[in-house]
Amino acid sequence: MEKPEKLIVDGRRLDGRAPDELRPLKIKAGVLERADGSAYVELGNNKVFAAVYGPREMHPRHDQQPDAAVLRCRYSMAPFSVEDRKKPGPDRRSMEISKVTKEALEPVLFLELYPRSVIDVFIEVLQADAGTRTAGINAAAVALADAGVPMRDLVSSVAVGKVEDTIVLDLIKEEDQFGTTDMPVAIIPRKKAITLLQMDGHFTKEEFKQALDLAFRGCEKIYEVQRQALKEKYAIKESG
Amino acid sequence: MEEIVSSVKRDYIIDLVKQGKRIDGRALDQLREVVVEKGVIKTANGSAKVKLGKTQVLVGVKLMHAEPFPDTPESGVLIVNAELLPLASPTFEPGPPRVEAIELARVVDRGIRESEAIDLDKLGIKPGEDVWSVFIDIDVLDHDGGLIDASALASIAALTDVKPPQDEDWKLPGFPLNRLPVAVTVAKIDGKLVVDPCLDEERVMDARLTITTIEDGSICSMQKGGRGYFTREELEQAYDLASAKAVELREKLR
Repeated sequence: MEKPEKLIVDGRRLDGRAPDELRPLKIKAGVLERADGSAYVELGNNKVFAAVYGPREMHPRHDQQPDAAVLRCRYSMAPFSVEDRKKPGPDRRSMEISKVTKEALEPVLFLELYPRSVIDVFIEVLQADAGTRTAGINAAAVALADAGVPMRDLVSSVAVGKVEDTIVLDLIKEEDQFGTTDMPVAIIPRKKAITLLQMDGHFTKEEFKQALDLAFRGCEKIYEVQRQALKEKYAIKESG
Repeated sequence: MEEIVSSVKRDYIIDLVKQGKRIDGRALDQLREVVVEKGVIKTANGSAKVKLGKTQVLVGVKLMHAEPFPDTPESGVLIVNAELLPLASPTFEPGPPRVEAIELARVVDRGIRESEAIDLDKLGIKPGEDVWSVFIDIDVLDHDGGLIDASALASIAALTDVKPPQDEDWKLPGFPLNRLPVAVTVAKIDGKLVVDPCLDEERVMDARLTITTIEDGSICSMQKGGRGYFTREELEQAYDLASAKAVELREKLR
């Protein structure tokens, strides 16, 4: 990828968005037949599926927890999802993302209701354009709800960052690669609690606070779309 | 193997924290005793051993010839690897690196990479063919919690210890180290924040946040871990704690 001369021109980003604007977002619940719950998310050029299986018996059994279910997350990228072909299977990056995804979702689940069980969350990125971990978390939260797993709330996630000294919402690939800072965040919207926070680049304390504000606003919009997706599948429609 | 803790001990640690006390007698905002020893390994270009309380981590830095990445043909390469050695804890087992080791290495890597602590652009040799690769290898020797902070400190200490290799391709007067990023982890236990959790505290904490800051107090990397969550106010409090404690740790690098 060539470095563009400027990432922000006249207050507009490469794809025409304002700094605080989200990419187009589509979420659909219940898109896979065999999974207990599933969801599909399109965030700009990102296309991501999530499937939930369980609660079901935990194998291998030595990984069982006697007093709670285990949440197991696997984030995976299809070999054709990025410009170069990605070698299939887990690498160090995807293993770390699987771990932070699990930790982002755990706080909303009542895992203590299902001792010795496992809840499996599988995330498959089919097309990637920065922000795949956040898209994966958004999809996984809807898929968990679709599976009927008891939850305190959904989890909503978005990345914020700094591009040419401007704090921006929902970075695209060019901004992620050539911008200064990338900070993926996930929150429990009703509780206003942060369950995922990673950051690399450079922020002063002030910029960090600004970026957090922007992330909260972005997550609230995503939360609405997630709820809408569940309502579309489950709300009782009036006939006639 | 998972770290487990008895419920008696869990309740004890939480009760203490509620009273503003800790199991090892520290204040909530107090680091454990830190000892940094540089130049401990002759076969490495730079090395350092860090003791953070009872935790011991040894880092060796090796400078080797390598092929550059295609997108940065003239820049050096940085590679960070961490080994959770089975000699360091009954819960560490031999075998391929577990996700904890991968996260540890990647968080240390990002602290150094994103702060641009090493001027990798100066480490080219022959564009597109040959560059210097900086290997930072973290050996965890004794695990009593705080592995990220200890490993990050040992890594940057080892970098300050790097002596130029005896190699005709090395043209620089010294090793191009520009900044000293320092990682500080803040744990949340029963709604209270404590710095530098020891292993017992890590076993009962809700969540942790590691913040890596540079000399001017700005942030170059963050990583939240653990099953719990942080509120906005807690994040700002965590930043204040981490940036203040980073100053103390950076002193130890002299």
